[in-house]
Amino acid sequence: MHNPMEPANPLRRKRWNPYVVGALIGVLSWITFLTMDKALGTSSSLVHVAGLIESVTGNADKVTGPAANSYFAKEINQKTPMFDWQVFLVIGVFIGAMISSRLSGDRTTECVPGLWTWRFGPSKTTRYGAAFLGGAVMLFGARMAGGCTSGHGISGGLQLALSSWTFFIAMFISGTAMAFGLFGKGGRHHVV
Amino acid sequence: MWFDSPGLVVGGLLAGIVFGFLLQKGQVAKYRVILGQFLFTDYTVLKVMLTAIVVGAIGVWGMLQVGMIQHLHVKPAVLVATATGGLIFGLGMGLLGYCPGTGIAAMGEGSRHARWGFAGMILGAGAFAFVYPFIEQTFMKLGEVTVTTGDQVNSKVTLADVTGLSPWVFIGLLAVISLVAFTLIGRWERTRPLP
Repeated sequence: MHNPMEPANPLRRKRWNPYVVGALIGVLSWITFLTMDKALGTSSSLVHVAGLIESVTGNADKVTGPAANSYFAKEINQKTPMFDWQVFLVIGVFIGAMISSRLSGDRTTECVPGLWTWRFGPSKTTRYGAAFLGGAVMLFGARMAGGCTSGHGISGGLQLALSSWTFFIAMFISGTAMAFGLFGKGGRHHVV
Repeated sequence: MWFDSPGLVVGGLLAGIVFGFLLQKGQVAKYRVILGQFLFTDYTVLKVMLTAIVVGAIGVWGMLQVGMIQHLHVKPAVLVATATGGLIFGLGMGLLGYCPGTGIAAMGEGSRHARWGFAGMILGAGAFAFVYPFIEQTFMKLGEVTVTTGDQVNSKVTLADVTGLSPWVFIGLLAVISLVAFTLIGRWERTRPLP
């Protein structure tokens, strides 16, 4: 069902079939396992960024030095250096999404999403504060759980890991609860 | 040691570019799509994730079976920390409207509020590092599930390890569940009263 209004070049289309995208992410996992002995993941690179900031603001000792915080020591060490595979993966994600959106013209400058405006008004400050808080809570949870939607959800899910399926179910329950708590059933009619 | 080997640096960057490209084309780097999933009006996220898991599982377990890869990268099963962390994660994700990977992809697409989410993520990671020494030996070990093979006690367990069943049983089950779910979603999408 090719829409004649859409560009013939698939790279220039805004939307690919989600099943095709999912299958290609699956194939990407094969490649990273086979050629790099790595599983896709995102959230531990944020520990590296936090550690890097801590380092360059004069606390290098607490990150990689003798007085290292035990979590930084666990995550950033001889085996997984500061700028490790996953940090570059995450930089790549940013670049890849930018390339894709530029090719298709699917760019945005979204500050306050429509659904959020419907419920909480158009204030940028409120939305930015909520996004900041949400990001902080999310990453705290990810590191407690040992992964996020990519490391646990996709990579752990496909490896049939007990921990990852536990994570997947838990995050889906509380994510749903948060969404309905914020927007209620009425929000279902305003998802824009 | 500041950097991984050049091969891993380039490989990571390339894999990331493909991953980010796919997330953007799959429309999952959008607030409305992720909130639509949590509010059950848009099933794009589930379609992408379940397909990735099933296709990924077939290849990875197949390669493991024929010896093309030697081992997996399973995360340890410390189920109290994992479940609690998962619940906290979902609350944050519901509020932000992106997960870490899709949030970074959303920044690549231009989203402004995703940048604030990203700043929050760095703070959250640092905050966990601050708290970790206090819970390292206690809370973070609660609910550990281990499997003993020979004299090796291992908490990096899969559903196959825990049940003693073949991984292909679970992969088959997942494939069937996904196909049924996709069929039901497709039926619902053709008849839904919502816009």
